[in-house]
Amino acid sequence: MDSNFLPLFVVIPLLAAFLIPLFAKLWQRSADLIANAAGAVLLGLSAYGVVYLFTDSSVLLYRMGGWASTLGITLVYDHLTALVALAVNVVGLAALLFSVRYLDHYTGRWKFFSLFMLVLAGLNGVTITGDMFNLFVFIEISAVSSYALVAFGTDFDELEAGFKYMVIGEIGGTAILLAIALLYAKASTLNMAMVSQVMAGFGHTPLFWFIVAMFLIGFAVKMAMVPFHAWLPDAHPSAPAPVSALLSGVFIKVLGVYAMCRVMFNVFGLSRANAPAFFNLLLAFGVLSIVAGGLLAYAQKDYKRLLAYSSISQIGYILIGLGIGNYWAIVGALFHVLAHALSKGLLFLTSGSIEHATGTRDLDKLSGLEKKMPVTVWSYLLGSLSLAGVPPFAGFFSKLFIIIGAVTAKMYWLAILAALFSTVTLGYLVKVANKAFFSRKDIEPTPAREAPVTMVLAMLALVVLIAALGIGFKPVLDKLVGPAAQVLLNGLGYARTVLGG
Amino acid sequence: MVALFACMFLLLIGLYAVVTKRNIIRIIIGFSLVEYAVNLFFALVGFKRDALPPIITNVTQPRNFVDPVPQALVLTAIVIGLATTALMLALAMRIYEKYRTFDISEIRRLKG
Repeated sequence: MDSNFLPLFVVIPLLAAFLIPLFAKLWQRSADLIANAAGAVLLGLSAYGVVYLFTDSSVLLYRMGGWASTLGITLVYDHLTALVALAVNVVGLAALLFSVRYLDHYTGRWKFFSLFMLVLAGLNGVTITGDMFNLFVFIEISAVSSYALVAFGTDFDELEAGFKYMVIGEIGGTAILLAIALLYAKASTLNMAMVSQVMAGFGHTPLFWFIVAMFLIGFAVKMAMVPFHAWLPDAHPSAPAPVSALLSGVFIKVLGVYAMCRVMFNVFGLSRANAPAFFNLLLAFGVLSIVAGGLLAYAQKDYKRLLAYSSISQIGYILIGLGIGNYWAIVGALFHVLAHALSKGLLFLTSGSIEHATGTRDLDKLSGLEKKMPVTVWSYLLGSLSLAGVPPFAGFFSKLFIIIGAVTAKMYWLAILAALFSTVTLGYLVKVANKAFFSRKDIEPTPAREAPVTMVLAMLALVVLIAALGIGFKPVLDKLVGPAAQVLLNGLGYARTVLGG
Repeated sequence: MVALFACMFLLLIGLYAVVTKRNIIRIIIGFSLVEYAVNLFFALVGFKRDALPPIITNVTQPRNFVDPVPQALVLTAIVIGLATTALMLALAMRIYEKYRTFDISEIRRLKG
């Protein structure tokens, strides 16, 4: 099997990002077409990659420009990459389709799609790269474009949120760069596999922990774990809804969770057995995120702000899954990456649909939408059932696996906490439904119409995928999430897979 | 070694400005300091005393060159820094047009 399609993950969105401004001068609407076509091709590529890994489970490698691994950049496509790239491109395409009509009340349509494509290029790049510095470059490509997208509305709130997000996010990015500089000083190579070989003989010295801490700060800011979360509840609600869907759905997970997993597990070879302190730290951050995010979400009155706090809380679930660190817990965490990407993407799209129809996201002003926007409302309800972990939807299995992991590791209190905060999740999501969707006595039903057909399609596609992922969890678990968890548990064995024995 | 610690000191000065200053422009300057400190640090990583520039010449002693990789990486990082600083300043301009102030403590509409 040749791996020549790997660079396309970055080439296609980059090409689209630069073609869009060119063709937009001739025909405004060409931006929609190019962006959606590129999104569809990306989804096709990642589906192809996943199908390939289903049949033949070897790792795909591509050496840029034909240089040897010592000199050039290597692209690596293993199960973990396949899983994350699939999540990115599914949510990416749904958000692009949704944007077509949603952007009707924004100016600068082509600028939006061009920036969106750059974010996708960065996210796909982060997932497939096997090089430390390349990782940083892709992180920055997607981060810088996302700052511009958060401020896209250029009104009071958007500008404030964009600036805050940018300053905090860039401090995180600089921490990652500093960590890479120190790592290079120690290892004299940037290829992740070769760095990990050097790290294997390096030992856990204070310098080692300093590098780990710098990486952790950088990724913690990107994934918005409490207490590094201050920017997220401002930034995600201020962005246009499809961008919120992408940011909350996959951005924080690719730049934060995926990049952290790759560096900590595969490059530094940390595992529960050799670095319990690090994993306990992840648990502490995870518990803090679940509790603080969940409770703050409950107190919100703004539809999107509530969902943003909920993202912080759900990131906490992924963190405790990783922190427990045994097979089932990591499977649960990775399954939650997929399940949360779909559900939170869907929920943010419904928020966009409602804002598009009614012009507000204030839960105190919305009422009785159920009759007028049945598809949006039912999509929301199914998405929130999945997020809260109601069987048979996708979110149920991720939480189930995390709880199984916690019980196997004899951390019963974590299992209880995870189950308890599932009900809190359901609580704040039902609060939205109670206020906005069902008729209330105190205020008149808000005038609204069902969303246009492209928006409805984007939402329905995600609903179908959430249900499919829940009902058909077994093959996904056996062929994709399970092997992806093995990649992480394999730790430094990653070097052998990539460099070929 | 002294130079490396000087870089860290520069980084701390920048971080101090980002955290404590209320004027947006000063925050951006602070951020630039942080970024330059890290870039300088990265460039110094490849430095060797009395070594030659990494250009292929007739010199025969092996390993007498400074490491060229950090220089290449720092160039990339500087370009990224250019993009971020430009975007920050653009945001600062738009913020000034809206709020008529650069004072971050008056730009506080988002809460909760």
